[in-house]
Amino acid sequence: MDYGQQNVMKKFKDADMPLLIGRVLRAGMVLSISVVFFGGVFYIVRHGHSIADYRKFKGIPEFVQYASGIFHGVLSFKGQAIIQLGILMLIATPILRIIFSAIGFVLEKDYLYFFISLLVLLIIFISTISGHVG
Amino acid sequence: MSVIEFTIIILIGSYTAGLLGSLTGLGGGVVIIPLLTLLLNVDIHYAIGASLVSVIATSSGSAAAYVKEGFTNLRLGMFLEIATTTGAMCGAILAIYMPTQYIAVLFGVILIFSAVISLRKKEENITHKKSELVEKLRLSGTYPASAGVVSYGVSNVAGGFFMMLFAGVISGLLGIGSGALKVIAMDTIMKVPFKVSTTTSNFMIGVTASASAVVYLQRGYISPGLAMPVVIGVLLGALTGSKILVHTTSSRWLRWVFAIVVTFLAGQMIYNGIRGKI
Repeated sequence: MDYGQQNVMKKFKDADMPLLIGRVLRAGMVLSISVVFFGGVFYIVRHGHSIADYRKFKGIPEFVQYASGIFHGVLSFKGQAIIQLGILMLIATPILRIIFSAIGFVLEKDYLYFFISLLVLLIIFISTISGHVG
Repeated sequence: MSVIEFTIIILIGSYTAGLLGSLTGLGGGVVIIPLLTLLLNVDIHYAIGASLVSVIATSSGSAAAYVKEGFTNLRLGMFLEIATTTGAMCGAILAIYMPTQYIAVLFGVILIFSAVISLRKKEENITHKKSELVEKLRLSGTYPASAGVVSYGVSNVAGGFFMMLFAGVISGLLGIGSGALKVIAMDTIMKVPFKVSTTTSNFMIGVTASASAVVYLQRGYISPGLAMPVVIGVLLGALTGSKILVHTTSSRWLRWVFAIVVTFLAGQMIYNGIRGKI
């Protein structure tokens, strides 16, 4: 570890964490909403005159439900897939915030809250799996 | 209805919901779900999915602003997120199996409760006592005020934790932020100052919603064509609301109007739920 890095670690205090977290949240929100908007334009241009029907629950098309489908859909500029990518980014934003706070707590040498952050991440991970299986 | 008409109607409705939700502090989700289900006949599962996505967007946006001002208690939020995320996961799984009528009735009940809470006269009672647990978890904190820095303690950590577990279940089950329940847990049970409880609750809402959104996503509740206008509309409405709030303080008559509207919507949800129409 060189001197510069040590300096950074010494400098990281309680007061820096809110600034970092604020930036992560804002950037994540702005970026994902832009993607949703962009996808929305494609969707409206292509399907604007189709019929909107949400009366009966029948799930969502396969290509916007799973990561691989969304990825392929985005590459072929499918509006709904781009919107879903934006929504995925939006859901990931608070999770990213926890990861950043976990790193912040380590730099502050607050290991108790480092573990609490990891625990919250673990719960979300279990939730992801349970949604898949349950 | 064509997609383009439907999108425009939802954009306008969501904008209004976001604006009112932000001005009254109730959040956009409580208006958008009745609007979608009652007026536009959208299935409640799709409505919950779209609302939850908009909850994440508004929470992230406003939490970003609050966190810099130094009101948010990061440790308290992080600690209580253990409870809210666990609850949200259970709520989202429960939503899969619970008949839609029950969801509608429960939604109505929570809606009335939130409206009552928003009208309640607030009394600030800051505690300074710090139990061993509070010391160990470093939950007490300070916040900036015009008269200088105010320090505060936290009481009844266990009680607050359980209330947060419940708030999480409701959030995951109904697709709302359940900010009213979170504030109850922190204001009334843990005796945290208002500025801290509202901002910290807001901070936690995004993470709580994400924990159930990962379940909703895989269950097909989040339909992109519907979620797109809802999230954009609610977010723009909430932004407008926060701009207005800087210039004027949330007026009492507006809260009354909103509470009456919300109670009417809640009655409709309960009525339609009982008759099995939702």
